[in-house]
Amino acid sequence: MIGRGRIARTGLATVALLAALLFALPLLGLLVRTPWSELPALVQQPAVLRAVGLSLVSSGSALLLAMGFGLPLAVWLASGRSPLRTVVRIVVTLPIVLPPITAGIALLLAFGRNGLVGAWLDRWFGIGLPFTTFATVVAAAYMGMPFFVLSVEAGLRAFDRRYLDVASTLGASPLRRFCQVTLPMVLPALRTGALLCWARGLGEYCATQMFAGNLDGTTRTMPLACGLAMESEPEVAIALSVILVAVSVGVLFVLRHGLPGQERR
Amino acid sequence: MTKRCHASFAGCLATALVAVVLGAACSRGVESGAAAAPIRVFAAASLTASFQAIAAAYEQQHPGQKVELHFAGSPQLALQLREGAAADVFAAADQPNMQKVVDAGVTAAAPVEFARNELAIAVRAGNQKRIAGLADLARPELKVALCAPEVPAGKYARQALLAQQLTVRSVSDESSVKAVVGKVQLGEVDAGVVYATDTKVDGVEGVAITSAQNVVASYPIAVLARGGNRAGGEAFVAFVRSEAGRALLRQHGFVLP
Repeated sequence: MIGRGRIARTGLATVALLAALLFALPLLGLLVRTPWSELPALVQQPAVLRAVGLSLVSSGSALLLAMGFGLPLAVWLASGRSPLRTVVRIVVTLPIVLPPITAGIALLLAFGRNGLVGAWLDRWFGIGLPFTTFATVVAAAYMGMPFFVLSVEAGLRAFDRRYLDVASTLGASPLRRFCQVTLPMVLPALRTGALLCWARGLGEYCATQMFAGNLDGTTRTMPLACGLAMESEPEVAIALSVILVAVSVGVLFVLRHGLPGQERR
Repeated sequence: MTKRCHASFAGCLATALVAVVLGAACSRGVESGAAAAPIRVFAAASLTASFQAIAAAYEQQHPGQKVELHFAGSPQLALQLREGAAADVFAAADQPNMQKVVDAGVTAAAPVEFARNELAIAVRAGNQKRIAGLADLARPELKVALCAPEVPAGKYARQALLAQQLTVRSVSDESSVKAVVGKVQLGEVDAGVVYATDTKVDGVEGVAITSAQNVVASYPIAVLARGGNRAGGEAFVAFVRSEAGRALLRQHGFVLP
């Protein structure tokens, strides 16, 4: 019996190790092949800096959009149960499970020059979304905002509404109740959602390429620059990948342990 | 009881894993033994339709032999080959990418030019914007997409435009000709410069560029040393260069050397 237990534990450890290796080896491969001595020079190339800047603008703006529009959406989704809410929740969740290329095609068919809405924007205002920096923001928001909305909604649903009742008996207005009671209580969910949304926007590749195009300084974000660099200068692609890995590790660390100086949950 | 269940489950999992690993090893042994290994061909994305036809014809002529086609941009294929991918044949869309593979010592024989491709302007079927040639691409009201300069087709397009001293503002420097054609098909851009062979798809019309203004892409092919079926690779390359292969290439819009 003891023997069987030991075999089982060894087996479990072996399988667990193999699973962990699946994730560790690609990372190791990347780090081993990184030209560390040339990294500073590679990262400071003007085209790389433009891609980094564009990525920060695009993913940052997407996060702002998520906060401005996603927060009200999450509040509404969390404020009750109805078939309409269920349908809206499914539609909002879709980008998480859709292949990004499908998302890109769908965005194009909606906001493209011949798209559902895009055709009217073009005809009435002469506005074309594709090939503009704003299109990269839309793509990043489309792909990232679901994480924010779902995370905040879950936080709001888990929140004990009796606190609000107490605040209400103390004479607090609905807005004040929301800002001073609800928001602080769901802050962890808000933070998780914001980080996931931002990180997803930062890594956005396929939908951006399809919907926004790929032009240096306008729509070529870090992942796009990385993909293109792979065609000619793999070292640049590796350097960009290392930046993206570093940022992702930072995001995951903050998600787990909070910002430095912040009290650990 | 629960603990015991967990333990035996983990045990099963480990056994299954060992079985999978052993199984993979066994099937590999069989493959290299009895049946002939497939001929693995790495070919540039612009060869997709023509090589599919050529492989089908080859398999019909050589019963029992199987051709495995992998398509991607030439730079990506060259990179994969340099990183150790095993293939029997490499057909590239330009010489520099073939040279990278030759320099890496992956080729078994010197590459030979087997086809040429010219540039053409892809417009949406119907050509409503009445684009007649390269000069039209400089019209300010048109949205034009090119391939990025890092991609052979993008390099050639810029050469052709520069030779005519035309300034074309590309709204998007795509990573492949297929991406340019896709944007033309959807009507997101009015025109794109691609290979003549890429314009033979639904919803797209090709506008020819006069030969005086055109840039010709040269396609080299080579048998590789690291694949599992050298003889098959040699036979396939010979077939591509035979009359039958040439006829199929011509049919798909290639110019023959």
